Amino acid sequence: MIEVQTNMAQFKEISPNAPMADKLLNWVDNRFPASKLYKEHLSEYYAPKNFNFFYFFGSLAMLVLVIQIVTGIFLVMHYKPEASMAFASVEYIMRDVPWGWLIRYMHSTGASAFFVVVYLHMFRGLIYGSYRQPRELVWIFGCTIFLCLMAEAFMGYLLPWGQMSYWGAQVIVNLFSAVPFIGPDLALLIRGDFVVGDATLNRFFSFHVIAVPLVLVGLVAAHIIALHEVGSNNPDGVEIKAKKDANGIPLDGIPFHPYYTVHDIFGVGVFLIVFCSIIFFAPELGGYFLEYNNFIPADPLKTPAHIAPVWYFTPYYSMLRAITSEMVNVLIVIALGSAAWVALKTQLSVVVKGAVAAAAVVVSLMMFSIDAKFWGVVVMGGAVVILFFLPWLDHCEVKSIRYKPEWHKIMYGIFVINFVVLAYLGVQPPSHIGERVSQVGTLFYFGFFLLMPWWSKIGQTKVVPERVVFQAH
Amino acid sequence: MSDNKSIDSSKRTWLIATSCAGAVGTVATAIPFASSIQPSERAKAAGASIEVDISGVKPGEKITVEWRGKPVWIVRRTPEQVAALGQVEGQLADPQSQRKPSELTPDYARNQARSIKPEIFVGVGICSHLGCSPSDKFQPGAQASLPDDWTGGFLCPCHGSTFDMAGRVYKNKPAPDNLEVPPHMYLSDNRLLIGEDKKA
Repeated sequence: MIEVQTNMAQFKEISPNAPMADKLLNWVDNRFPASKLYKEHLSEYYAPKNFNFFYFFGSLAMLVLVIQIVTGIFLVMHYKPEASMAFASVEYIMRDVPWGWLIRYMHSTGASAFFVVVYLHMFRGLIYGSYRQPRELVWIFGCTIFLCLMAEAFMGYLLPWGQMSYWGAQVIVNLFSAVPFIGPDLALLIRGDFVVGDATLNRFFSFHVIAVPLVLVGLVAAHIIALHEVGSNNPDGVEIKAKKDANGIPLDGIPFHPYYTVHDIFGVGVFLIVFCSIIFFAPELGGYFLEYNNFIPADPLKTPAHIAPVWYFTPYYSMLRAITSEMVNVLIVIALGSAAWVALKTQLSVVVKGAVAAAAVVVSLMMFSIDAKFWGVVVMGGAVVILFFLPWLDHCEVKSIRYKPEWHKIMYGIFVINFVVLAYLGVQPPSHIGERVSQVGTLFYFGFFLLMPWWSKIGQTKVVPERVVFQAH
Repeated sequence: MSDNKSIDSSKRTWLIATSCAGAVGTVATAIPFASSIQPSERAKAAGASIEVDISGVKPGEKITVEWRGKPVWIVRRTPEQVAALGQVEGQLADPQSQRKPSELTPDYARNQARSIKPEIFVGVGICSHLGCSPSDKFQPGAQASLPDDWTGGFLCPCHGSTFDMAGRVYKNKPAPDNLEVPPHMYLSDNRLLIGEDKKA
């Protein structure tokens, strides 16, 4: 029995003369780790003192999540998830519900804002090597959040039941029907009907308002717990836990509260200025945040002349469109070529070389026999899935771009430009030149990641300092 | 607690058995939930056939009717449009409609015009790529997004797939297959039944 007791928190007595608030907190702390959680995650969570601009976006993503949940709760009070009423109920919110337009614009602008901050947050992780050991799980939870966010945005976009909602869902659900053998049944199971209809709207509503948000909130908790276990990275990629003072506190660390809470509130202020400007002055943002075709009610018999996904999906959409039957032939050549290179130029064992060659032949045969459409889906999904593997693809000696070889900055620069070009092409109508550019862009995107184990080791790295670089203001 | 580290194997057997029974129960409970998202009886019943009067469709015109929630096109092709079907065969991916014949092209439509009567084309207006509804591009000649030697047909606005006047897909386009020809039959010269093709 004595052994058991040492594993439990000691019951703490407090002076009977202590103030009422202290007594209450002591009562709670003896029953729930309130002070312990506060210390671990805020007042005694030591974050590096050299955070820069890019470190605003994690807390901003949390803010946007809260905005989306709160505005969502109020929208659901007026919205009707029924094919014949959905479009009208959104217009009802916009015109008749007091302040409904504001709540709706906050939600629609929030969706785009979410992707803006998350893309910048991910870019920060990419350039400062925040996915490297020991932060692999922080990164993987983050990538899963990104996947959930894409699902959440896609299903939410169906709910206004406009032309873009309808045809966008039609296109994306039909992607699943490209899967060999089970595809058509899978698409039927997702739609719940032979075409996108009331059944689809109802289930997307269910996923959008409860299933995915629950998973999302759980993943955000896991992301932060994992982060606070290993500690935050910083623009120098220096582990601050390696240099501690006599009390075991990192020399370059400052408590999250009050330092970064105040810092982040400043970021929140700037963010809200931009956010509110869009809500009040340009809620459609030129058709990028709310597409004009979506102000026309869904018509299953007529596809709009030009359909494009919302801006945040367009890089992946471009990659989907890039995979034509010609492009599949190029991919076959690349698969067989890389297997040949492995066989001739590497020092691997015969067994490994044989396995690589066999895999390349099998993949090539599959590419020959299955529709290009399916490979488009594989490429689009692969573009997101490949991010999960980043911790094991980067073989550079240093974490941060600051100390990577100079030419790596050019690589990352091209990667960003390529991503923006793909995004631009995704909103444009299909064209021959656009198709060629997006095919080259797709190859670069995948080459960037798949060849990273090789190129990330090339060049002379700079000396990483012992401590973080920081100038007091 | 005793220090005896030997395993009570009968207790373990029962633990495994109970866990297995629990797993079976969990799977059995999951089945109704998974099944509930299949198309409902109402959705299945909505697949009945429809009757269309085509006497008002003039040569070169198209009407669209809804069948199983999908747009079905009925086009009365002009003699020039029928003649053009033969000229483009070299540029088509599947001019003989040999791919997936059971799903896409019924026996009686497995010909150059993909129809029972050469001038009347009946097809589901859903692109075989990702389910958009292609737009009419009946006007021959060079125009935006189309080749200069265009002889008339359909263009999918989503990903640029092109189809001829018989819904046959051009080569090297995102769409892998021709447009679906639904089961259909003529009840009389101008009355068309879509959704059924057995003799009544």
